[in-house]
Amino acid sequence: MMRIMGTTKGGRTAIAVAMALALGSIAAPSWAQRDPAYAAARAAGQIGEKTDGYLGIVSGGGNLRAMVDDLNIKRRANYTERARAQSATVEEYAFTQGCILISRTVPGEKYQAPNGTWQTRDASAPQRDSRCP
Amino acid sequence: MKPPRLTEKVPAARNPRMEQGLSRSISRAIGAAMLTGGVVTLGGCISVNAPDKPIVIELNINIKQEVIYRLAEDVKENIESNPEIF
Repeated sequence: MMRIMGTTKGGRTAIAVAMALALGSIAAPSWAQRDPAYAAARAAGQIGEKTDGYLGIVSGGGNLRAMVDDLNIKRRANYTERARAQSATVEEYAFTQGCILISRTVPGEKYQAPNGTWQTRDASAPQRDSRCP
Repeated sequence: MKPPRLTEKVPAARNPRMEQGLSRSISRAIGAAMLTGGVVTLGGCISVNAPDKPIVIELNINIKQEVIYRLAEDVKENIESNPEIF
């Protein structure tokens, strides 16, 4: 767009809409768009966040494997794209994502400790790799 | 009628027993060499036992903290942009 947006009425409206969208996406909790089956399995502690940035199955069977695989494939594609943009390896990006995802688990959810064991998140800070920010 | 030739081509003289003896001695020499080699190998053997714990290859060990810190902000933004997969 060549014209400076702020100088036109349409431009101002566009900015207002963009700001509203941006604010909305920040304000909305991250679980708002999770698939209900995924949200339920997380809350039940059947699946947890692993240190490598992917989901793992803690307990239970059925359709969990297919769901976890599907989400992990999507995550891998996302990490690959983002890592390229950041000039990092997919593993580096995924590991960093794992650090943040584990720190954002809520009490009751499962996460993987640096020693590989599954832990249940409680009110205290989760056990994370010493390199995590 | 053709007169018979005085000399005819004949194959070289062979002694089957000698040939047998020769091949046997060769195979014996090979056998001995293999046995010696086997003994030498056994002497230098390193015994490798399978561990009772599963082998875990730590792939994350080479990830540097500085890289993690550099990526941290982008990673946080990624969660906001793609909430459905996280």
